[in-house]
Amino acid sequence: MAEVPISWFLTLSAVLFALGVAGFVFRRNIITLFMSIELMLNAVNLSFVTFSYQLKQVNGHLFVFFVMVVAAAEATVGLAIILTIFKNRATLNVDDVSSMKN
Amino acid sequence: MDVILFLTFAIIAVVCAVNVVVQTHPIASAVSLIGVMGSLAVLYLLLGAEFIAAAQVIVYAGAIMVLFVFVIMLLNAGAEARRGRSLMAQVLGVPLLIALLGLLAYFVQRLYPRGTMVHFGGFTGGSAQAVGHALFTTYLLPFEVTSILVLIAIVGAIVLARKELD
Repeated sequence: MAEVPISWFLTLSAVLFALGVAGFVFRRNIITLFMSIELMLNAVNLSFVTFSYQLKQVNGHLFVFFVMVVAAAEATVGLAIILTIFKNRATLNVDDVSSMKN
Repeated sequence: MDVILFLTFAIIAVVCAVNVVVQTHPIASAVSLIGVMGSLAVLYLLLGAEFIAAAQVIVYAGAIMVLFVFVIMLLNAGAEARRGRSLMAQVLGVPLLIALLGLLAYFVQRLYPRGTMVHFGGFTGGSAQAVGHALFTTYLLPFEVTSILVLIAIVGAIVLARKELD
């Protein structure tokens, strides 16, 4: 068996996405939460490229390109927000940043 | 050969992804995430996406993760403090996650029982030329809109950074 079934790629993508969701839910460090989001975006990118292979079209690659641009923009603004939070609160724990709760 | 390549890098990706979630120190999570992105770049090459593989290494593993590591070092972030969790979360969390992963794998296998078989070189439309041609013809408007998005991100980052000055 020299060829890989396409379902293996999709399974890997689903597993990586679920691990990203788990990291987002379990962890309390705001930087690790951000990295979990990046992990989920990467899992979705793998699905796009896999379907692009299956359909023999280049469109999936374009979607991955746009996802990368949005991820870069999101990381820039998000990390700036994290820096501001740390300057004002001196903490990275998301449980301690709950002033909008009450 | 392709199966060995896929299995090797899929296992590296999954182990690194588990490490991202499990490690308590952010810098260890960041290095593991770079491992995930590198192995995904190899899988993109296997799927014939040359341009995306290069962009994955340059943009994700290069630019975005350097930004993450820079912020971690700037904030001097230490290991995450362990908080007490509810008993239900401690007992049920990991088994339910494993059950979710198993169900996901099972349903994907059910959905694509005899799908396309992937072999290296089976799709050659992912070169920089093909991607660039599609980007500047079919997807020209979204491409211009992303430039505005990046401009907004730059302005937003500058505004957030300057807020303390005045």
